[in-house]
Amino acid sequence: MKGTIPLLRLGSTIVATIHTELRDKVAQDFQDDMLTELELRGANALVIDISGLETVDTYVARVLAETGRMAKLMGARTVLVGMRPEIAATLVRMGYAMDGIQTALNLEEGLTLLRRRRREMP
Amino acid sequence: MSTTVLERYDMRIDTEDDIILVRRKVRDIAQSCRFDVFAASAVTTAASELARNVWTHAGRGVARIEKVTDDMRMGVRADFEDQGPGIADVTRALAGGYSTANSMGLGLSGSRRLVDEFSIESTPGRGTRVTFVKWAPF
Repeated sequence: MKGTIPLLRLGSTIVATIHTELRDKVAQDFQDDMLTELELRGANALVIDISGLETVDTYVARVLAETGRMAKLMGARTVLVGMRPEIAATLVRMGYAMDGIQTALNLEEGLTLLRRRRREMP
Repeated sequence: MSTTVLERYDMRIDTEDDIILVRRKVRDIAQSCRFDVFAASAVTTAASELARNVWTHAGRGVARIEKVTDDMRMGVRADFEDQGPGIADVTRALAGGYSTANSMGLGLSGSRRLVDEFSIESTPGRGTRVTFVKWAPF
């Protein structure tokens, strides 16, 4: 792990908690660590918890969507959880569409969503 | 109605970390003006977009962040200026989804939608200046 964003393994899911403001270097290290962990742990899902983020601008939103696309190339599904109400409002008011990434209200809902999907796809 | 400046902060945007400092200053002022969380998020995000535009397109520039009042309400005024490449077609840039660097297309159009007053002056080869005001909701 070269970055500062902690990655936790929960069964076949990797949980990343973003608690710090993303900068280019932090974002890249996070993406590299996440991809390495997916392979190392044989994980098939990634949950990104952003409940600790006060601001998500289009740069951060793009980093998150990009991370989801990278995970997808490794065969993993990504769920973004914990977006604050004011952030959801701001992103949509700007005209930003968070395409290509699934979302859930919080960590618990995100994990439930992944369990349900796994049952549907044997 | 005239606008009075209550506080003024001149900040440099030389590094990526300066974007975070500008964002924090705007959030502090928004909170001191009793913005609700939605308005505070909007104004902080707008400042973040414009500060990042300066850093991405011009490499460096300056931001002036002010706490203002028009005697009826309090607000945040922010001014971003750089000597970067400028914008050839401002109208098109403001229409959104237009960008010359890494699909940053929503930075300008998106931040305009988040604030109450927005103006932009740009001369290709000379630079860009963007100013906005957001007032505390009643």
